[in-house]
Amino acid sequence: MPIPEPSESNKTHSLKGGTTLGDLSEFPLKYRIFLKAYRWRRIDPVPWAPLKKPVAESRLVLVSSAGIVTSEQKPFDNSIRGGDPSIREIPSDVDVTTLIETHRSDAFDHTGIRLDPNLAFPADRLRELLAAGVIGSLNHRYLSIMGSITAPGRLIKRTIPQAAPKLVDDQVDIALLIPV
Amino acid sequence: MSLVAAELESLGISTVVIQLLRPATEKVRPPRALMVPFRHGYPLGAPNDPELQRAVLRAALNLLTDQGLKPPAIVEFRQQKSEDRGQMTEDSGNMA
Repeated sequence: MPIPEPSESNKTHSLKGGTTLGDLSEFPLKYRIFLKAYRWRRIDPVPWAPLKKPVAESRLVLVSSAGIVTSEQKPFDNSIRGGDPSIREIPSDVDVTTLIETHRSDAFDHTGIRLDPNLAFPADRLRELLAAGVIGSLNHRYLSIMGSITAPGRLIKRTIPQAAPKLVDDQVDIALLIPV
Repeated sequence: MSLVAAELESLGISTVVIQLLRPATEKVRPPRALMVPFRHGYPLGAPNDPELQRAVLRAALNLLTDQGLKPPAIVEFRQQKSEDRGQMTEDSGNMA
């Protein structure tokens, strides 16, 4: 997938003043049409698990949907219709400069993540927050999935139910989920 | 990611998801979401900007201890120019 060069209009990383936060205006027309028509799944009822102890005493897992893999892992399969629902475990002590971003979407600029994987997979930042005493501990494994999955059924009904009990066994208290 | 958050939350793991697209967040309704004012591809703001990246992460973690939030909680991250840039403002906040 070719990486688009930053244009004059997208060299800044924040949206310009006056732009509604998080609206569809940043996308090309074909994606705006798709996203407006997409039937988002509604979570109802919304589950709620209050944190039982301070963040500074809690164990955190990072879950990324940037399609991150290590150099030893099988890449995500971008030919799967609806999106590859598989999952990768990334060691939390990983050297982020060795990670490979394979997100399949051409709807956004990949340049930033490839310059600095911490932008979407902040392993270095989390280690800094651990050292600063903000977070109690970091789970030994983080999770990586592919984003822009238009058919999330297999991910939610099969992949996550297989992976999530491991996090319970790991005694994870907090999951921090970061899309792109 | 919101659907994944809900699955983990239902197992007793407290979750916070960073979000970039408000219309989708309001429709899907994750338990706790931090809306960030960045383009897709830049969820923590900017590459090689550790201070801003940490500020976003701190703001996200703060949602976990905010006793005033109820599900679904959608909170906006506001970028500041000062040293510790993370600040949250609850807008529509609790949607229910």
